[in-house]
Amino acid sequence: MSEHAVVAEGVGKVFNAGSTDQVEALKGIDLTIEGGEFVSLIGPSGCGKSTLLRLIGDLVQPSSGRLEVNGKTPHQARLDRDYAMVFQKATLLEWRTVGKNVQLPLEIMGVDKADRERRSRDYLDLVQLGEFVDHYPWQLSGGMQQRVAIARGLVFDPALLLMDEPFGALDEMTRERMQMELMDIWRRTGKTVVFVTHSIPEAVFLSTRVVVMSPRPGRITDVIDVDLPQPRTFDTRESTPYYEKMTEVREALRAAGVGVE
Amino acid sequence: MEVVEGTSRRVEGRDASNRSPIPPAFRSLVWFLAILASLVLAWELYKVVGKALEGIVPLPVRPDNKSMPHVWDIVGVLFTRRLPNEPILLVVLLRESLFTFREALIGFAVGTAVGFSLAIAFSQSRLLERAFMPYVVASQTVPLVAIAPIIVIWGAKIGWPVWISVSIISAYLVFFPVAINTLRGLRSPDPTAMELMRSYAAGRRDTLWKVQAPAAMPFIFSALKISATASVVGALVGELPSSLNQGLGRALLSFMYTFITGPEKLFAAILVASLLSMSFVGVIATVEHYVLRNRRGSR
Ligand SMILES: Nc1ncnc2c1ncn2[C@@H]1O[C@H](COP(=O)(O)OP(=O)(O)OP(=O)(O)O)[C@@H](O)[C@H]1O
Ligand SMILES: [Mg+2]
Repeated sequence: MSEHAVVAEGVGKVFNAGSTDQVEALKGIDLTIEGGEFVSLIGPSGCGKSTLLRLIGDLVQPSSGRLEVNGKTPHQARLDRDYAMVFQKATLLEWRTVGKNVQLPLEIMGVDKADRERRSRDYLDLVQLGEFVDHYPWQLSGGMQQRVAIARGLVFDPALLLMDEPFGALDEMTRERMQMELMDIWRRTGKTVVFVTHSIPEAVFLSTRVVVMSPRPGRITDVIDVDLPQPRTFDTRESTPYYEKMTEVREALRAAGVGVE
Repeated sequence: MEVVEGTSRRVEGRDASNRSPIPPAFRSLVWFLAILASLVLAWELYKVVGKALEGIVPLPVRPDNKSMPHVWDIVGVLFTRRLPNEPILLVVLLRESLFTFREALIGFAVGTAVGFSLAIAFSQSRLLERAFMPYVVASQTVPLVAIAPIIVIWGAKIGWPVWISVSIISAYLVFFPVAINTLRGLRSPDPTAMELMRSYAAGRRDTLWKVQAPAAMPFIFSALKISATASVVGALVGELPSSLNQGLGRALLSFMYTFITGPEKLFAAILVASLLSMSFVGVIATVEHYVLRNRRGSR
């Protein structure tokens, strides 16, 4: 049908429907993401950002509405390995070395050993953990583990990246470097990225569009186009339009009834 | 006296090369010997104190040499011959142990295989679990002393060698802890790890072997250690109602009949039986240490 990367029409999600701990996590989500876009989801804790990513990834089923990923059902897109999910928690397998963790998706997808090893090395180098290939996850810091998870997401070159606060556990320096790397990968490969963050500067710096959400029930209150010139560089962070966009996002969050930092 | 502190500093931290210089196996051996020594001491102390208090205070067990032989007599009898042309009792008992151990090992292997199969089947289907788990649990409420003679009699009717029946009795005790613990282990992975596999559209087989089974390993090893002792108990109890003229169970039984004339022989046989179980558990603990050597907290 269409060439959209993600289409959501009137999507709602109710957890534990009918019981006393029923939660309406999302309500009436309408969102279309074009192929090659970089879209950030921003909003306070509990507004359903992770749930929306899980819905796109066919890891939970919507209670209402319709979803489409790469012109297919989310189910089919998952079977076609169209996307990689980088979870909020690193979720590495503790009995596998860092290298073997990154190779996990390649193993499942039947990539041969030499190729697996080469690619896992390349992506570990990218996240600057090349020398930790034979370490075990528990020998790494939280931020390093998260970078391994990012390498594991990138390693099989999916068209769509679903990233849930991937840089949340990183220090400011590493975070900015990882942002540049991600920008670079995104521009080079033309991937579509859906990126959850709590940080207004991060959302504005990375995105082509910022989706502002508010809680109870989780819904989209605003969508802000970020038309800052590409490629974004160090100078972007000091430009006036960048500050104006940040103000716009901050005000959108406040208008949604959300107190921000 | 001055106490010297910090002589055995525990090394902690993420760096795997900073291991404690004392291997854990050695440390646990020292503890084992220390506790063994205190048990021996307690036994002998009971005899001494009991003799003084006898007739004044009611005692659970009479402290005389007919009921509680001296430890050295128990150990000593291991090195005596019952008949001049026979090897020493220790060798006789070790031979019988070997026979029993073979039965136990076969029971252990069969029971473990059954336990794993049940756990894998149940982990794949809640329906199977709900249908069959009650029977698995019920099977363990039937007392072993009741079921052992039945299995032996049935085995004889079919015409099996007796040791097969004994191994089946052993397997009957083994499969339960293996099934229960393995199932728990297969369900133990972080739900996000399961979601990760789902996001790769991984099949059940990949999810089982790459995530669930490795996560289950610590659970499986606890079960195997319980089952190792259970397999020996099962083999010993299985030998009792059988017509075997071999095995440690038979030896225990015959020494029970001659307890009055030689109580230390029964205790010696019990000693050898515990040694057998402990060595079996020790082997499994060693394998465990090797298999789980790269897990968090293993270094
Ligand atoms: N599996 C679940 N079962 C029940 N309720 C859930 C489940 N997952 C999420 N929820 C609920 O849905 C709501 C949205 O959760 P979600 O994790 O999507 O929020 P979030 O925006 O990602 O928050 P955060 O920024 O803290 O990660 C919350 O109220 C949460 O309690
Ligand atoms: Mg979240």
